[in-house]
Amino acid sequence: MKHIVKIMALLVALSAIWISLLQTSVLPESYTWLLPLYSIVTLGCYGLLMVGVGLMRFPTCPQESLLLQEDIVEAKGFLKEKGVDVGSD
Amino acid sequence: MASISNSMEAKEDDDNNKYSIIVPTYNERLNIALIVYLIFKHLQNVNFEIIVVDDGSPDGTQEIVKQLQQVYGEDRILLRPRAKKLGLGTAYIHGLKHATGNFVVIMDADLSHHPKYLPSFIKKQIETGASIVTGTRYVSGGGVHGWNLMRKLTSRGANVLAQTLLWPGVSDLTGSFRLYKKSVLEDVISSCVSKGYVFQMEMIVRASRKGYHIEEVPITFVDRVYGSSKLGGSEIVEYLKGLLYLLVTT
Ligand SMILES: Nc1nc2c(ncn2[C@@H]2O[C@H](COP(=O)(O)OP(=O)(O)O)[C@@H](O)[C@H]2O)c(=O)[nH]1
Ligand SMILES: [Mg+2]
Repeated sequence: MKHIVKIMALLVALSAIWISLLQTSVLPESYTWLLPLYSIVTLGCYGLLMVGVGLMRFPTCPQESLLLQEDIVEAKGFLKEKGVDVGSD
Repeated sequence: MASISNSMEAKEDDDNNKYSIIVPTYNERLNIALIVYLIFKHLQNVNFEIIVVDDGSPDGTQEIVKQLQQVYGEDRILLRPRAKKLGLGTAYIHGLKHATGNFVVIMDADLSHHPKYLPSFIKKQIETGASIVTGTRYVSGGGVHGWNLMRKLTSRGANVLAQTLLWPGVSDLTGSFRLYKKSVLEDVISSCVSKGYVFQMEMIVRASRKGYHIEEVPITFVDRVYGSSKLGGSEIVEYLKGLLYLLVTT
């Protein structure tokens, strides 16, 4: 099944629940009408929150860049000795 | 009894493994030399070959590769050039045709993918029997160095969007430091059509949909020191188009 179909199915299921809520009026009607809006806002907030948290916790590795510099020096030394042209650049 | 012979078989198999490391290059004259040295340094008791797919780099990358062949041997470093710049996706396919190993590693030449992680890819594959081991920057032990806030923001946004819409089951979709069983790579790559970043994403999403066993290992990613990035332009738009494409085709 294509993935978009799965997502559509999910949306259809959610709408079905919503419509049945409207008809059975378990919740106050005005409240039920606004439910889709609430869901969209919630989803949006979730997305922004995830991006925000991800950004705050973005894993960085400054020490890796120093280690890489050492590796580069080591590699250049070895290669130069073997006659590989690592001079330019 | 059975378990003993099984583990002995597994041991036997490990010793017979050969890894073909495909490195696409375009103007990576210095980087290719450095990365070859580092691969040999970190894979001392492993049977491997390095396949350099160079797209006619004007900076003389191929000259350097030939010099490296003199040092390390033409059987260990294979130069499989193409006449002109034809893009990354087809570079992998081209390299794959010449691979003689039963496993294939794909990595960038620009030192953002450090060869020191190769042993952990190999170890993870042997431990789990996975079809694909993919490097991830977004778990503990992983990380990125050298990105500005904007770059981080787009990366996070892209990731959250893809995770919510595609449910791919891997944490780092656009990373391209990966180890594949050769047959699996051949299978997956033949069904991929995207370009650029989306290509990496398409590969892993399709593999995941096909039910292949995918494992992750943490890697760190240091932005390139030498040379310049070849991907660019309207990346965000391309990415969104790619996402849409994957939604309707996978
Ligand atoms: N053969 C070949 N290699 C390429 C091409 N474009 C990029 N590459 C290589 O692919 C790797 C990743 O490219 P890079 O420019 O670093 O992309 P970025 O890391 O996403 O910015 C590097 O090793 C490049 O030299 C291409 O058209 N042909
Ligand atoms: Mg790069």
